[in-house]
Amino acid sequence: MAIKQLSIFVENREGTLVTVTDAIANAGVDIRAMSVADTQDFGIFRLIVTDPTKAKEYLEASDCFVSITEVVGVAVADEPGSLAKVVRILADHNINIEYMYAFITVSKQYAFVVLRVADNDAAEKILCDHGIKLVEESDIVNL
Amino acid sequence: MPNNYYQPEAETMPVAEIKKLQEYKLIRQVRRTYENVPYYRNLMDQKGVKPEDIRTLEDIAKLPFLSKDDLREAYPYGLLGTDLSKCVRIQSTSGTTGKRVVAFYTQNDVDMWEDCVARAIVAAGGTKGDVCQIAYGYGLFTGGSGLHGGSHKVGCLTLPMSSGNTERQIQFMMDLNATILCCTPSYAAYIGESLAERGYKPEDNKLKAGIFGAEPWTEEMRRDIEKNLGIKAYDIYGLTESSGPGVAFECHEQNGMHINEDHFYAEIIDPDTGEVLPEGSKGELVFTSLDKEAFPLIRYRTRDICVLTREKCSCGRTFIKMTKPMGRSDDMMIIRGVNVFPSQIEAVLLKEGYAPNYQIEVDRVNNSDTLDVYVEMTSDSFSDTVKEITKKEKKLALAMRTMIGISPAVHLVPAKTIARSEGKAVRVIDKRKRLGINI
Repeated sequence: MAIKQLSIFVENREGTLVTVTDAIANAGVDIRAMSVADTQDFGIFRLIVTDPTKAKEYLEASDCFVSITEVVGVAVADEPGSLAKVVRILADHNINIEYMYAFITVSKQYAFVVLRVADNDAAEKILCDHGIKLVEESDIVNL
Repeated sequence: MPNNYYQPEAETMPVAEIKKLQEYKLIRQVRRTYENVPYYRNLMDQKGVKPEDIRTLEDIAKLPFLSKDDLREAYPYGLLGTDLSKCVRIQSTSGTTGKRVVAFYTQNDVDMWEDCVARAIVAAGGTKGDVCQIAYGYGLFTGGSGLHGGSHKVGCLTLPMSSGNTERQIQFMMDLNATILCCTPSYAAYIGESLAERGYKPEDNKLKAGIFGAEPWTEEMRRDIEKNLGIKAYDIYGLTESSGPGVAFECHEQNGMHINEDHFYAEIIDPDTGEVLPEGSKGELVFTSLDKEAFPLIRYRTRDICVLTREKCSCGRTFIKMTKPMGRSDDMMIIRGVNVFPSQIEAVLLKEGYAPNYQIEVDRVNNSDTLDVYVEMTSDSFSDTVKEITKKEKKLALAMRTMIGISPAVHLVPAKTIARSEGKAVRVIDKRKRLGINI
């Protein structure tokens, strides 16, 4: 069920992102969502793309450190309180969110939330049990 | 300022007599070492030199050198010059597993060492009535025990504080009226700042002098310390291999350190050819311990680059003077008074599964040395969370701390980002040079 995220390690310095974005452009891959975690020294660039395997190939050819991480994607109604509900469910089940980010699509009435947790299967099962809609790999391409 | 000596007969001995004494002691030391230390005997045999070939001081040039590598190879007992049962002390160089060097002392060796330190304390104005605060580290490091012993010899009231716990240092300094402070120059500067932060003015303390060594420092730093603590700051030089601090010390002229020539013979050599250079030349300092019984090092290469000069000194001492070390002829760094080699960092990286792609950056911030190690990430050490990467950095830092004895800040960086010049990676960037510190 989980969706694939590209995680790229970049130095926190001017110009380093260009290598990453150029590689993805050359791969002809679309970026659906992204987030950057920054520290004083480095950043981790996280991307949801239409073809993670191909993007990874191009990134590695450009000497980028990239790994594919499985994350949980959920679709929540684009209205107040819907994210709070998801977060509450996970909290109630003692599931820690390492990080999360969201993206909104124009065509649908949903916001997509990307969640990084320790145990994807457990989180997905609990969210499913509570009627939360999960996003699948194919949904990403068709957004 | 009156000229004070601890052992005037030695410290003001006419130069011709010093040379005669050194010659006598050198011949004796070479003969003793040849007989008692198979390791050095082998080196002499390989060079085709016999003890009877050494008849004058100049003949010393015929003798083989000893290097730190020899000391490591001979670890632990290979260079012992006497029966172990006659030894009363072991000290060790700061450093580590692979790089540790142990030195042995008989009671005579300890006495000689402490006499040398006592000379330094007296030259700094120390007398029986002084309260001597020793804030060098105690333990295997020679700083604490060396100054401690010297302070006892002079008859000072000795405060064995060891390093750290600045709060307590200040409390004892003020409550017990310390008059002489002994520590690394960077710690002296830190204590000075801490006093100011607590609202003390330089005239509030009873300190009159400081004896600072074990790491490189500048004249500017000396002036700062003198101003902030309201003292005269004296330099002291030494190395565990030849005893510890006190091999050379400053007098009130504060322009170079008198070498205790009755116990140590100093040479300056060309670090590349090993050739002995004339007085006044800049080169690598080489020491021969003329009296040491337990660890009689002959022609030990210190790797410190300096100049020796024998000019009449207003203090009345006749001992030759050495400049502050102006650099190193190897890649050793002295960070917070600790000897660190890049190869030690490399060993940790290999052991922890990293490629040896790294860069060491040393700097001095607020008078304290900083050590940053940049390490290229490997693909299997990369994860998508900051937490995991920070954890890996901390693990590496801890492993390095265990190896070198001081804590670095470790930074994982992407591959191929460490600057390389002419294809060869630049391993060490010592930013302290910008402060004029001779590394």
